Amino acid sequence: MRAKAAFLTVAHRLAILAYIAFALFPLFWLLKVAVTPNDLLYSEGIRLWPSRASLEHFDFVLRHSAFPVFFRNSLIVSGSTAIVVTILASLSGYALSRFRFRGKYWLVTLMLLTQMFPLVMLVAPIFKILSPLGLTNSLTGLVIVYTAFNVPFATFLMQSFFDGIPKDLEEAAMIDGATQFVAFRQIILPLTLPGIAATLGFVFTAAWSELLFSLMLISGNEQATFPVGLLSFVSKFSVDFGQMMAAGVLALIPACLFFLLIQRYLVQGLTAGAVKG
Amino acid sequence: MASIDIANIQKSYGIHPVLHKVDLKIRDGEFVVLVGPSGCGKSTLLRMIAGLESVTAGEIRIAGKRVNELAPKDRDIAMVFQSYALYPHMSVARNMSYSLRLRKTPKERIATVVAGAAAKLGLDPLLERRPRALSGGQRQRVAMGRAIVRQPKAFLFDEPLSNLDARLREQMRAEIKKLHKDLGATSIYVTHDQIEAMTLADRIVAMNAGVVQQVGSPLDLYDRPANLFVAGFIGSPGMNFFEGTHHVGDRPRFEIAGDIGIPLDAPAPLANNAKATLGIRPEHVVLAGHGPETLLATVDLVEPTGFGIILHLSLGRAGFKAFTNDRSFLTASGTIPVHFPTHALHFFDGEGNRV
Ligand SMILES: Nc1ncnc2c1ncn2[C@@H]1O[C@H](COP(=O)(O)OP(=O)(O)OP(=O)(O)O)[C@@H](O)[C@H]1O
Ligand SMILES: [Mg+2]
Repeated sequence: MRAKAAFLTVAHRLAILAYIAFALFPLFWLLKVAVTPNDLLYSEGIRLWPSRASLEHFDFVLRHSAFPVFFRNSLIVSGSTAIVVTILASLSGYALSRFRFRGKYWLVTLMLLTQMFPLVMLVAPIFKILSPLGLTNSLTGLVIVYTAFNVPFATFLMQSFFDGIPKDLEEAAMIDGATQFVAFRQIILPLTLPGIAATLGFVFTAAWSELLFSLMLISGNEQATFPVGLLSFVSKFSVDFGQMMAAGVLALIPACLFFLLIQRYLVQGLTAGAVKG
Repeated sequence: MASIDIANIQKSYGIHPVLHKVDLKIRDGEFVVLVGPSGCGKSTLLRMIAGLESVTAGEIRIAGKRVNELAPKDRDIAMVFQSYALYPHMSVARNMSYSLRLRKTPKERIATVVAGAAAKLGLDPLLERRPRALSGGQRQRVAMGRAIVRQPKAFLFDEPLSNLDARLREQMRAEIKKLHKDLGATSIYVTHDQIEAMTLADRIVAMNAGVVQQVGSPLDLYDRPANLFVAGFIGSPGMNFFEGTHHVGDRPRFEIAGDIGIPLDAPAPLANNAKATLGIRPEHVVLAGHGPETLLATVDLVEPTGFGIILHLSLGRAGFKAFTNDRSFLTASGTIPVHFPTHALHFFDGEGNRV
C-alpha cells in the first residue's frame, strides 16, 4: 500500500516535471541562443549551453539598435490598452451582470459575433477607417484598435467575476446608504481585484505580442512596437539570431514584472466570509 | 422609529403575480413576523419595503410618507440578510460603521456608537477581524450590529437565523427579543420557523401563495386559526385534521371515514350533514375514556422527545397525533381510549374557512 502511494507521488512529480520542462524549454533555448557569441552559434553543434557565454548581443541590442524605442512604444501601447480595456470592461461587465435592460440579449450576441472573424479580414477596412483620421502610423491608433478588439472578451471575463459576487452585498450597501455607483466602487470593485488583475494581465500580454495590426498600421521605426521590431533583425540575407533572441529575452522582462505585480490579486478567496457558504 | 403602511400592494414578475393585494398596517415600535411556506412571497414583500424591488401596484408609506419611488438609501431602514452579506474586505468595526461613514457622521460619534453596539452584541474582542475569520453565529451578530448602529426608522429581517444550528438559533432568538425590548424599534421579521414567529411576534402575518391568510397575535393564530392553512401551519406537531360529516340531533357527532362518530357536547355552527373538516391540536387530545361513547385508537408509533411523548394513532383509516407528558404512554401499544373535548375542536367549512 505504502509503496504504491510513494510510487504514485513520484509519478505525479515526474509528470509535473516533464510538463514544466516541456513548457519552459523554448524559453531556455531563447536565453541560450541570446548568450551564445556569434562565432560559436553554428560551429558548436547542438549543445545545451555554449562553451563561452557572453552578453555582447544584449549590449548591442540596447546600445546600437532601435530596440529601446520599440520597447518604449510597446510599453505605452500595451499599458494604455490594458488600462483602458479594463476600465471599460469593468463597467460593461458590471452592467451585464447586474442590470436587466432591453436589447441585452442582442448586445451579447453581437459582442460574441465580433469574436468570430479572423482578424486578417479586418486589416484593410480598419486601415481605410484610420487613415483619413491620421491614426495610422500612430500609437494612439494602435491603442484604439487593440482596445476595440479586446473589450468584448474582457467584458465577458469581468462579467463572470461580477457574477461571482453575491448580489446581497451591494443591496446591503444600498440599504446602508450608498447609491448603486458608490456600492459598485466601495464594495464590489475591491472584491473584483482578482478579476481586474486577470483582465489587465490578459490584455497586456495580448497587446504586447500583437504583430499583425502593428505591422500593417505602422511604417518606419519611430512608432514600431517590439514584435515588429523583432522582424528588423531579419534582413534580406541573414537572420541575426543572437540579437533577436537577446531582444526577445528583454521583451519578456516587463511581462514577467507585470505578472509578479498582479499575482497577489490573482489568488482567489477575497470574498470569503461575505455570506454563509 | 416609524409606522409602516402597506396599502393594496401587488407584485408581479412579468405576467406572474407573486403578491395579491397585501394590506398591512404596522404600528410604531411593533414587532411583526411574516410567516409562510417557501415561495409565498415573504422576501419579496420585505424587499419591496426596503426598496430593493419595485412595486407593481399599491402604496407603501413609512412614517406616513409615500416611499414607492424612493431609493433604498433614502428610506432610512436597516435590513439583516439571511446570508448576512458582510463586506468581506472590511473589519467588523468598519462593517458596522459603513452606514455611518456614508452619512459623514463625526469620527468620535462613530467610535462611541460602534463600541456601544459591539458591547451589546458581545463583539468587542472581534472588532478588528475580517468576516472570514468569524463563526456563523458571530457573523450573524455583526449583521445585527450593522443594523443597530444607526437608528433607522425600521428593521427588516429576512430569515436571519436560518443558517444557524438549533442551539444558537434559540440563543439569538432570545437576544433579538431583548434587543427589540431595548430599542423599541419597528421590526418586520421573515421566517418560516413557526416557533420563532410565536416567540418574537407582537403580531403574526401568515401568508400563503402571495395572499395574507390571517393577521393577529401569536395566540390568536394558535387558538383561533382563520382557515385550514393557518391551522396547519402554526403549531408543531401540527394540528390534526379529520374530514367528515356533521350530524346534529339528540346525539350530535362528527362522522369520519369508517362510520366512526366523534361525539360532540353541542353541535357545531354547521348545517346537518354538512361536509367539513374537524381540527384538534395534539396536546388537546385526551388519552382516557369518556363515558359510553369512548373512541378506541390504534397506537402506530411512539415518539419520545424527552420533553414529552408524541403518539401516532389512528381511528379507522384516519391517522392523527397526540402529545402527552405522561411517561406511562412510552410503552403504549394495541388500542387505547381517546377523547376529543368539544371545546378544543376547530371546524372548517368546505372552503377551508373557520366556522
Ligand atoms: N426575480 C424574480 N423573477 C421571477 N420570479 C421571482 C423573482 N424573485 C422571486 N420570484 C418568485 O416570487 C415568489 C416569491 O418569492 P420569495 O423570495 O418572496 O419567497 P419567500 O416567501 O421569501 O420564500 P423562502 O421562504 O423560500 O425565502 C416565488 O415563487 C419566486 O419564484
Ligand atoms: Mg425568502
